[in-house]
Amino acid sequence: MTTFLNLTLNGLATGAVYAALALSLVIIYQATRLVNFAQPALALVAVYIAYTVSQMTGSYWIGFVAGLLSGLVAGALVERVVIRPIAKSSELNAIIVTLGLLLIVQGGVGMIWGNRQHGFPYAFDYVGRFSPADVFAVASVAVTALLLFGLYQFTPLGLRMRAAAFRPEAARLSGVKVGLMLTAGWAIASLIGALAGMLAGPPFISPNAFDGVFVYGITAAVIGGLDNPFGAVLGGVLIGLGMSYVSGYAGPELATLAALAIVVLVLSVRPDGILSRPAARKV
Amino acid sequence: MILEVQNLNASYGAVRALKDVSLGVAEKGFCAVLGANGAGKTTLLRTLTGLHRAAGGRVLLEGEDLTRLPAERVVTRGLAHVPEGGGVITELTVEENLRLGGLWRRRRDRVALDEVLDLFPPLAQRISKSASTLSGGERQMLAIGRALMSRPKVLLLDEPSLGLAPLVTRQIFDLLRELRSSTGLTVVLVEQNANGALAVTDSGFVLNQGSVVASGPSAELLSDDRTRHAYLGF
Repeated sequence: MTTFLNLTLNGLATGAVYAALALSLVIIYQATRLVNFAQPALALVAVYIAYTVSQMTGSYWIGFVAGLLSGLVAGALVERVVIRPIAKSSELNAIIVTLGLLLIVQGGVGMIWGNRQHGFPYAFDYVGRFSPADVFAVASVAVTALLLFGLYQFTPLGLRMRAAAFRPEAARLSGVKVGLMLTAGWAIASLIGALAGMLAGPPFISPNAFDGVFVYGITAAVIGGLDNPFGAVLGGVLIGLGMSYVSGYAGPELATLAALAIVVLVLSVRPDGILSRPAARKV
Repeated sequence: MILEVQNLNASYGAVRALKDVSLGVAEKGFCAVLGANGAGKTTLLRTLTGLHRAAGGRVLLEGEDLTRLPAERVVTRGLAHVPEGGGVITELTVEENLRLGGLWRRRRDRVALDEVLDLFPPLAQRISKSASTLSGGERQMLAIGRALMSRPKVLLLDEPSLGLAPLVTRQIFDLLRELRSSTGLTVVLVEQNANGALAVTDSGFVLNQGSVVASGPSAELLSDDRTRHAYLGF
């Protein structure tokens, strides 16, 4: 029973990170029908800036905030400078460009900060069962998800963003600046991606630090339903728990297989993901 | 003339969809724009509100040049556009759709919402329901209501009768006429259903292959057999 409890708590903590990454992907997919493969690159930049600021100021939290803010700015910049000029041509072009951006940024980070590992601290003590660091991971992602829900559901900005995502033309006719809403979406998504990076980074960061986590983040987004934020959170938790149970009961070498098995299982029952709304996509 | 269109041109690639279209709509007027499929009616509206880029000519609203403004700015100048099919966002609730229409105003306009709900009682009953649960006629009401939330000076409607039963169409047309007399709103109605549109409007323009081929008071257009047979198909 304790094993089960341990594995569950452990799965929740890692699942929270996957959920945050999945959220960042879903926000952008909802708005632009684009899977942003550059998301880990944006998180990478945020985490390295957090690392540098922490080193300079000696405070983890100043670095943490700097990291989140740089994620926000990086997301907005990428949308404006890189994605917007090519978004009109075809969805596939944009996807390839995000892939290219991922490679460029990873290379760039290696050139600036070096390819060796840097120590990156946990926010809190990480020793023991459901350590303070784990609690922080779960709590911060839960709060982020709630704030995001509130933003979408109860604020004028959220209403504009949803309108722009669902029916850009109707939104424009209602006076919504659709382009600005896309930038806002990318900024918010990258902020959440940066949070995921800050949680997934410790104890070491390197230019390829997020490759693995990103794979599970994307997996979580897909099984949850790419266009549903709730699905992203659910998918993240599901993948986290599933991998934790399998590695605990059957051996850690099977954890990756577990993720794959979950994908196959979920998608064979619900091909669009657990919480997707396929009808809404036909418009 | 509250709305004036001067030598408006628009094209899709090499195809010229509007050729030197000029027309004027009087203040508090109820004006029909008629013509067959592909005559350029929808393109005209889309060019007026900046959804399609004008290749030449000018659009003036109360003398202000709107020609180069993007669509999201045109609505803030008082020219509202209900697109073909209404453009109701079915993923949002009825209330969210309505609120969206007035969102560009800095101050929240509670009165506008109440007025619109008074105008369309069926919407008031389903205010918190998803817009996807509405019938075709109710969706058209919602689309018009959303446009009214911006308190426009001129309301452009693209085929509100599309897909509606004749009786419902009639209701919508009557409602537009009432709206015009009660609020002084100017209404431009694009229609393929020329007979129905000419019965409620006071003036009309007939488009054919991107050009204005006839215009005048609605009653005259109705009684002009040549125009009717050649362009309006009845």
